[in-house]
Amino acid sequence: MGKRKKCKLRDIMEDVGIEIDGQVESDSESEEDEVKDKRSKKQTRREIVRANRLERKKSQKNKEENESKEEENCPQQSRASRRKNHRMKRNDGKKGGGERDKKASSKDEKESENKEKKTNMKGKEEENKQKKGRKNSASSNSSNSSDEESLSEEELAMLMEEVEQKKKLISTMRNKPWRMMKKLSVLREAQAFVEKFEGALGKGKGKKLYAYKMMMAKKWVKFKRDFDNFKTQCIPWEMKIKEVESHFGSSVASYFIFLRWMYGVNLVLFGLIFGLVIIPEVLMGMPYGSMPRKTVPRAEQATAMDFSVLWDFEGYIKYSALFYGYYNNQRTIGWLKYRLPMAYFMVGISVFGYSLMVVIRSMARNANESTADGDDDNFVFSWKMFTSWDYLIGNPETADNKFASITTSFKESIVDEQESNKDENIHLRRFLRVLANVLIICCLCGSGYLIYFVVKRSQTFSKMQNAGWYERNEVEIVMSLLGMFCPPLFETIATLENYHPRIGLKWQLGRIFALFLGNLYTFLLALMDDVNEKLAEEDVVKNITRWTLFGHYNSSMENSTATPAPLDPADVPRGPCWETTVGIEIVRLTVSDILVTFVTILVGDFIRACFVRFMNYCWCWDLEAGFPSYAEFDISGNVLGLVFNQGMIWMGSFYAPGLVGINVLRLLTSMYFQCWAVMSSNVPHARVFKASKSNNFYMGLLLLILFLSLLPVAYTIMSLPPSFDCGPFSGKKRMYDVIQETIELDFPLFVAKIFGYVANPGLIIPAILLMVLAIYYLNAVSEAYQRANAELKKKMQLQREEEKNKRNNKASTNSMMQDLEDLLAPSTKSESSPKQAEDKKKDSPNQASPVGKQEKAEVLNSSPIAAGRRAAFIPPPHVLVTRPLTPGTWAPYPQPRQPWPGGRPMGPFPGRGRGQPRYIHPV
Amino acid sequence: MQLKMRRGELDSAFERKLHGRYHEMAPNVVPMDYTKDPDVKLPMQLIINMPELKENPFKERIVESFSEDGEGSLSFNDFVDMFSVLSEMAPRELKAIYAFKIYDFNTDNFICKADLEKTLNKLTREELTAEEITLVCEKVIEEADMDGDGKLGFADFENMISKAPDFLSTFHIRI
Repeated sequence: MGKRKKCKLRDIMEDVGIEIDGQVESDSESEEDEVKDKRSKKQTRREIVRANRLERKKSQKNKEENESKEEENCPQQSRASRRKNHRMKRNDGKKGGGERDKKASSKDEKESENKEKKTNMKGKEEENKQKKGRKNSASSNSSNSSDEESLSEEELAMLMEEVEQKKKLISTMRNKPWRMMKKLSVLREAQAFVEKFEGALGKGKGKKLYAYKMMMAKKWVKFKRDFDNFKTQCIPWEMKIKEVESHFGSSVASYFIFLRWMYGVNLVLFGLIFGLVIIPEVLMGMPYGSMPRKTVPRAEQATAMDFSVLWDFEGYIKYSALFYGYYNNQRTIGWLKYRLPMAYFMVGISVFGYSLMVVIRSMARNANESTADGDDDNFVFSWKMFTSWDYLIGNPETADNKFASITTSFKESIVDEQESNKDENIHLRRFLRVLANVLIICCLCGSGYLIYFVVKRSQTFSKMQNAGWYERNEVEIVMSLLGMFCPPLFETIATLENYHPRIGLKWQLGRIFALFLGNLYTFLLALMDDVNEKLAEEDVVKNITRWTLFGHYNSSMENSTATPAPLDPADVPRGPCWETTVGIEIVRLTVSDILVTFVTILVGDFIRACFVRFMNYCWCWDLEAGFPSYAEFDISGNVLGLVFNQGMIWMGSFYAPGLVGINVLRLLTSMYFQCWAVMSSNVPHARVFKASKSNNFYMGLLLLILFLSLLPVAYTIMSLPPSFDCGPFSGKKRMYDVIQETIELDFPLFVAKIFGYVANPGLIIPAILLMVLAIYYLNAVSEAYQRANAELKKKMQLQREEEKNKRNNKASTNSMMQDLEDLLAPSTKSESSPKQAEDKKKDSPNQASPVGKQEKAEVLNSSPIAAGRRAAFIPPPHVLVTRPLTPGTWAPYPQPRQPWPGGRPMGPFPGRGRGQPRYIHPV
Repeated sequence: MQLKMRRGELDSAFERKLHGRYHEMAPNVVPMDYTKDPDVKLPMQLIINMPELKENPFKERIVESFSEDGEGSLSFNDFVDMFSVLSEMAPRELKAIYAFKIYDFNTDNFICKADLEKTLNKLTREELTAEEITLVCEKVIEEADMDGDGKLGFADFENMISKAPDFLSTFHIRI
């Protein structure tokens, strides 16, 4: 009710209530006097109880008796009128109350509509009413004062029970599918009852507390909801991804989710590397220009700031903290005594450690999730149909998205469904699949050989001095051609297999992955050649450097007695520093990859879409439906691009610490750019398919590539000597010597000892064995669980089917019995056409003509059991009468004993309520 | 309900809010003062233009299900009824009953194929082909029809909806 309305009400109440208050006071006093006259004023609880009992009897007589006791604040007309009626009734039924009413009414004769005021007063003057109730009881008590002391415990208990019942009714009022009018009246009744007797029984003290609790519970729910909303808002790009998902399906969204996950991982790596390596070096390490390794050589200085040089990551960028070579081998730097070489090494390892851990953990969690929700495939379509629309949506844009997403999800499920009951020639399908695999293996072998061949040739070319542009870039050209033409070829071949698109995507991913492995292989091969060459070169330079320095100092010693001017760091001859070379190579590759990806999207998707869209007006064929049309989002290509890019990052981050920063930027822009490109210039797949619940396949690829990129890094760390004049490990024989050095110099002796023991192969081999055994055992256990799980699922399915069958049988037997009844009592039947009977064969079996009904039953009950029973069971006529209702079948149903108030023709189930009471409709 | 409203403060706030909304839709028809319980009904056209219902594909059905005459005009009691059923606090069983009514387009107390088709068309803005619609409807019946009569009775519907994970969270209007 409106606020103002309430105020108004209060005014009325004040007007009337005060007036009535006086009346009531006097009224009650006079009554009190009466009572006093009649009996002693000892008012015990027992009397109250007795009164209650009386009340109860009365209420049995007249259901709505209690209405007058209600504490209604704003009576409505209908209620008032109804109350009038009730009061009349009560006047007949009950003496004391009637008397009082009469009295009251006689007292304010001026008021024409006294009922309303009465109720107003009552609403306010609850205590008064209580009193009156007691007096009431007292008076009635006095009238039939026979058994004053015979009130027993059980009556009390009964009363309590009833109060409890009423309370329950109040609390479950919301659950009743009644019209508001009915709810109101029943509620009023129940509340008045509770109000009255609860106080009498000395209960109801906790009401305030209860209300408080309820309020807190509500607040808590609200808080939780807000917090959940907040949490969702905190997930980056959630809305963007949801939007893409609603238009392009979960398979495309799975790529973006993967991309987001990748971004998270890279952010952590970025934090590790920048926080522990780059920033300490920049802040506390020796500044630029203080050492040869931190200075651009004299010969390059002139062009070091040119854009073309910087673009190649030479010049100043090469001699910056972004690359391995810049770092000094000083054991500690700055006033913090930060052990930078140690930190560099540990960070390099922990990048891999963290990545492995996070990939495996996420795979495990995904696997958990995909097995956790077991049997939700029972109602896929039903739930989509009835629960997918979110009634909260009030925003047109959101609604559009929701419509799109519902349509997409239906399409996904339809594809699944169509795939699952595709009847096909299994032999032909198998043959085609084998054929496709053979073809693809041929393709892969061919391209592998081509790569090998080209790499071989390039090695000879690299020795030639005057190689042309094509000769120098042959490998790259061949690789990119392969990358361009093989995936579509594979896709074409894959149509032979006719897999479900989800499985098809996995195959496609696997095949392209294998193709790209060749890419990786050539790259690594070229890199290793490079490194070996640099290593050979380094030996030479090492001597030159030593001699130069030696010569410089010697000459200066000879020429003058003064201390020699130190050689400018730019002039010191230096080694090739293979680590930086590797780093630069990888960074270059990454950057070019980024550019290629973006340009491809821009040209292949956006320009194409623009062309198709706008040239369609003036073209000779339909561009949109015909040849170029719009691009679809290439899931496999994008996922693999992401995976391989990440492999590069892992491989390069040790030698180029700044690489992760570049990658973070790339992922960030790629998120926005690709989201935009997808929404603006792509069309959904022809068969939108649902992504697998876990994107573990992507993760598996990622794990593989992580492992593959770990290998070369581990190899170079373990077996190649670091450069002598650059990087944090210069001067050591192997990079990992830094750990030994730290342990020896910084830790107490026993740690070194323990370390020595732990590194002992005698300890390592048993440890590995133990791990293998543990893996074996856990694997066996998990397999057993899986089997059990599958078994249980099957059982549940069976049970469900059984239940269904049971119900079916019940239905058929019921209808059979009805048929029999029809046959046995044909005289009562009203005649109706068979056609009509056909229409409502279930709803009104009584009215169907017996013959048509039987025929139908023959058709319906073709199950042998039912038929057998029908033959065996010819019920005696009395079955008709005594046949019990079968309430079990309709248990969850609110039996419309009281049909809907207001007499609406189509209550929830009016036919049932008013139909034939003897038959419960067979379910 | 009003009585209850008065007892729990929050509920009364809820009802006051509802009355505000009801009043604001037709300020010159709906009185501020409801003490006399005026017999006022608002036509469906007004109700379904509320922002809470506007985007809902089933808005007509919702209003029809809650209107006492079945024609779609709502008295204030019906109005309160509607939003209390669709509120967060309403129990699952109650929501299921009204959901059933809403999806039962031809009010024959069964959700039959025609009802399903209508639901589906409203949900997807008729973007599915005829075969797809038939397939989906058949699947729904196959999944949820426990008694094998080719249509969904309330028992079927409740059995299905009681297991749905997000029925409660989606069948819910905040006002």
